[in-house]
Amino acid sequence: MNGKKISHKRYKPFASAAYLFLTPALGSILVFFFIPVIAAFAMSFTDFDIYSLGDWTKARFIGIKNYINLFEDPLFWISLKNTFYYVLAATPISIAVSLGAAILLNSKLIKLKGIFRLTYFIPVITTLVAVAIVWRFIYHPRFGILNYLLEIFGINGVDWLGDPNWAMPAIILMAVWKNFGYNMIIFIAGLQNIPEYLYEASVIEGANGWQQFKSITIPMLAPTTFFISIITMIGFFQLFAEPYVMTQGGPLNKTLSIVQYMYHEGFRWWNMGYSASIAFVLFFIIFAGTLIQFKIQKTREL
Amino acid sequence: MCKYLTFILISILFLNLSCNSGSGSDQKVINFWAMGAEGESVRKLLPEFEKEHPDIRINIQMIPWNAAQEKLITAYAGNNTPDACQLGNTWIPQFAALEAIENLDSFITKSKSVSKENFFEGIWETNRIDESIYGIPWYVDTRVLFYRKDILKSAGYSDPPKDWEELYDASKKIKGLYKKGEEKYAIYIPTNEWANFVIFGLQLGSTILKNENSYGDFSGKKFKEAFDYLIRFHKEDLSPIGITQVTNIYQALADSFVAMYISGPWHVPEFKKWMTGDLKDKWSTAPLPGPHDSIGLSLAGGSSTVIFKDSENKEEVWKFIEFLSRPRTQAELYKLVNDLPAVKSAWEDSTLQNDEYLNAFYLQLHHVIPTPKIPEWEQIVFSKLQNYIEIGARGSMTSEEALKTLDREVNQVLEKRRWLLGKN
Repeated sequence: MNGKKISHKRYKPFASAAYLFLTPALGSILVFFFIPVIAAFAMSFTDFDIYSLGDWTKARFIGIKNYINLFEDPLFWISLKNTFYYVLAATPISIAVSLGAAILLNSKLIKLKGIFRLTYFIPVITTLVAVAIVWRFIYHPRFGILNYLLEIFGINGVDWLGDPNWAMPAIILMAVWKNFGYNMIIFIAGLQNIPEYLYEASVIEGANGWQQFKSITIPMLAPTTFFISIITMIGFFQLFAEPYVMTQGGPLNKTLSIVQYMYHEGFRWWNMGYSASIAFVLFFIIFAGTLIQFKIQKTREL
Repeated sequence: MCKYLTFILISILFLNLSCNSGSGSDQKVINFWAMGAEGESVRKLLPEFEKEHPDIRINIQMIPWNAAQEKLITAYAGNNTPDACQLGNTWIPQFAALEAIENLDSFITKSKSVSKENFFEGIWETNRIDESIYGIPWYVDTRVLFYRKDILKSAGYSDPPKDWEELYDASKKIKGLYKKGEEKYAIYIPTNEWANFVIFGLQLGSTILKNENSYGDFSGKKFKEAFDYLIRFHKEDLSPIGITQVTNIYQALADSFVAMYISGPWHVPEFKKWMTGDLKDKWSTAPLPGPHDSIGLSLAGGSSTVIFKDSENKEEVWKFIEFLSRPRTQAELYKLVNDLPAVKSAWEDSTLQNDEYLNAFYLQLHHVIPTPKIPEWEQIVFSKLQNYIEIGARGSMTSEEALKTLDREVNQVLEKRRWLLGKN
């Protein structure tokens, strides 16, 4: 305690120097982050649109009308529903797949780990647009390899991206495939941090593989899993490029995500005010989601 | 550190030098933004112009089509517009509303070579906002019927369908050529494209919007009739309903997956490229069938050239526009990128005359009509109309319900416009 006080005093004269060094970073955060965010927040209370771009007196302050319209806008609810569907389905699947892959690759029985790791990681570093175009071919109802494989097993093919019920699962499948490599690497790092003696001790106690997994691996990975689930969730809430390239939000708007809707309103139809209000609603949703996960994590720790 | 500083200083020096050389000599530099294929090829037209006008240098900047509007609007917001640019003619209302582009009336009155009569009338009209002209047509496009001659013939049509009734009848007969349940269709009417629906609505005389374009008129009698006519093709399985089934329209026509398709001139060179061997003589183009035994209206599409208000070289830009509007330059552009000339006399060029697929376009271009000229148009058709086409075609709503809901949403989009109209 005492030591801390002394050190505080001792460093005080340097504080101003520290702030000086921080100024460029703080300044750029202020200019490129806080000011635009505040401006966007203010804009979400106006009907700023293409007419106002030319002559800003043509923008009206309309209070919370954008937000009211938003809650009455069927497309907003559709895009919100789609986004939740995507996040709630893709996050657990993605985490499970990456955990599974990480455990397999961490096993001592596997050879050529480097090659597998690289292969699983390649989708992550490949450009999404290129990947999406390839997957469009995979999903093609008449020439796609997926339907071809299904037919071998006697299952009738589906128009994956054209069928309102299958389009979102198809996008989820692709997104999971595209992203699991990244989380897998983090999981591998987490697995390697679990001390070997825990497993050795459990073997002496006569634990089998499943018990080890349940009582050692999972709890020891909890912080990693927590980090991954938040990052994955936030990332998935911002679903954009996959439907943008593969389905343009269709069929019947079943793959329209909220970010895509925001982009359309803002940069295609130039309803900047309305678009800003969508951005803030999305922000609060992600914020709430993160808070809930923090709460869950806290109670678990207790 | 020192190295960087020197580098920066030298760059600044060069920047100054290059600026000086620009303004120092008598040569005026015009920045011209062109899109897509035109951006690549318009350069080849320049030597002739620059020979005639050694005092003007045209600096072409290429921008991709799908980023074009965004780039132009951001350029405008940042006071950084070029002197002139190519503009899709449905975008003219937006840029006129922004007061970003120049009213060209005074230039046209003075001009010896550019006048209304030289151009296709419907195309010229797309450049008129209220009573003034804001762009000069550069090239045109419109949609016609692409069809498989052999399939129509086996269905008993040696000539392409002339009116709506024949189009429907031919489709029925084509469908009848195949076994029940076979995945073959007569015509492809994409449910994610507004164009066909607007075209057929316009053909029946719908204005699409009403009251100075401040309210939607989709649930109006005329548009509804056209809408019902078209979705019947989907409901009776004459047109595929999914959009992903046809990823490649050449393939679809080559496989006789469909026998008819309504599209624009951009497909002509592509079809020529893909329909080879046996298929070479089996396809053709025809003007659109109208409601009653005559050529039906089609869309007046294409690009215009516009001059930005902030340009300091408007006179020089105008000279360039006059150059682009010469029949010879227009025909030249066709040879470079297959853009159809907006100037009527350019069609006398032998390359255009001898192309059997282009005649349909020439005929059609005398029957084209602009879509409502308001900045909100693209939002209305892309984000609203297209939605309800799919809903209507799939039968998730009755067409009456769908069009009424559509009108309600369109009216909401147009609220601002009504406010502005009321203010003036």
